[in-house]
Amino acid sequence: MALTGLFLCTFLVGHLLGNLQLILKTGEEGRRAFNEYAYFMGHNPFIKILSYVTYAAVLIHVIDGFALTIQNRKARPVRYAYNKPGANSSSASRSMAILGTLILVFLATHMANFWWKMKVKEEVPLHTYKLEMDNPMMGAANAELYYTHVPGIQPIPKDEKNIIEKGTDLYIKGTNVKVAEGYRDLHGLVIDFFSKSKNEGALFAVLFYLISMIVLAYHLLHGFQSAFQSLGINHPKYTPLIKIIGTGFAVIVPFLFAIIPVIIYMNH
Amino acid sequence: MASKFINITLKIWRQKNTTAKGGIETYSLANVSTDSSFLEMLDQLNEQLINEQKEPVAFDHDCREGICGMCSLYINGRAHGPETGTTTCQLHMRSFADGDTIYVEPWRSRAFPIVKDLVVDRSAFDRIQQAGGFVSVNTSGRTMDANAIPIPKADADKAFEAAACIGCGACVATCKNGSAMLFVGAKVSQYALLPQGKVEAKDRVLNMVRQMDEEGFGNCTNTGACEVECPKGISLENIARMNREFLTASLTTDK
Repeated sequence: MALTGLFLCTFLVGHLLGNLQLILKTGEEGRRAFNEYAYFMGHNPFIKILSYVTYAAVLIHVIDGFALTIQNRKARPVRYAYNKPGANSSSASRSMAILGTLILVFLATHMANFWWKMKVKEEVPLHTYKLEMDNPMMGAANAELYYTHVPGIQPIPKDEKNIIEKGTDLYIKGTNVKVAEGYRDLHGLVIDFFSKSKNEGALFAVLFYLISMIVLAYHLLHGFQSAFQSLGINHPKYTPLIKIIGTGFAVIVPFLFAIIPVIIYMNH
Repeated sequence: MASKFINITLKIWRQKNTTAKGGIETYSLANVSTDSSFLEMLDQLNEQLINEQKEPVAFDHDCREGICGMCSLYINGRAHGPETGTTTCQLHMRSFADGDTIYVEPWRSRAFPIVKDLVVDRSAFDRIQQAGGFVSVNTSGRTMDANAIPIPKADADKAFEAAACIGCGACVATCKNGSAMLFVGAKVSQYALLPQGKVEAKDRVLNMVRQMDEEGFGNCTNTGACEVECPKGISLENIARMNREFLTASLTTDK
């Protein structure tokens, strides 16, 4: 639990830094930066290996957690008629299994919302943009163009009849000549999902994400420092520091995650 | 403090034997001196029950001065009652008020089967000790003087603090997982810190942890409840030390 838990803490930091691009840069520039980042995350071989390690860590953490909870429940077949657990331990430390299960529900929903559409169904449309009026040299004004990897070449309009999409690749119709590779517009998917004007259920989605981040905060509040104790790291010099860092981590990371959907909801 | 007399209601777990179905029974007890210990109060109740031709309540006790680890009891939802750093025998009725209802239950753990009423069988702890909680000493007659080995004062103090564990089982009783890690952690630590114990340290921790798991205790999730309820103030540091010992022993031995 400790090793997978701490690994997942590092995953949270990486995931957060990526997500913060959603609110740090705005407009077409932000959209490009985020979709390029998403492309990098989906194609870099090192990141691919890391993603499989992350899936494995989640699975092991979940299975181990359920197995331990079942063992622990069996260790006390008859419960106390009168018990005062609040007198000696924190509520977060006693609720790790239920908090973890709620996080698992969130994870399933979260992955269905984005990961499933992006990675499995591959149904997220390609990134296209409207050509700005002040640069009419590049082609027809107001045309919708694909945003592609190969910058120097003639921009490819979306309604061009001779071009067809195969996955993210753009081919000349009837041939196997690949002219460019586009980006999936994950940025658009995320923004639309939390946008009050684009999605009727956006408020519900934002609230669900907010509550889930509070649950995550409670899970981390105990989990972070508990992992060190499980690994045998308990020392009068370092443990107070670990507890402070753990509390900071548990508050700051879920807070930053939580403000992303809120800001998107308010701005779109 | 002048002594007072209080009237209390007791809700006590009664169970004929290990396999019988138990239940909470309610008793009224009048004129309990606030100077009496909790166990003396139970003695008073038993006297009343005997006079009424009823079966007295069975409970464990021995030294009644907080050092033998024999007394137990889950009192009002807490191991050894509401005071910190005390065993049940050192708990006094001045901690309760007139008219109070007091729940008295046995330690609840799969590894501690109920013998009768409030008496539980804690021999699981003995078996864990037998699995490795000792140092093998040469008794050929040419034994070395223990004090000939220099030991840092800080280590000696920590070993002594760990050795203060009286094996009462409050840690198991209070842990939401019924884990015995504080007990085993203390027993592993008291030897691991001293040069005499280092010789068998790796085997000791592996064997004691294996025995602990076999007895059916739960796993530690670091809630810290055991440390709070331990009458001897055994620190969670001992659990971390055991984890450390266990991890290194697992990685560096053939077992």
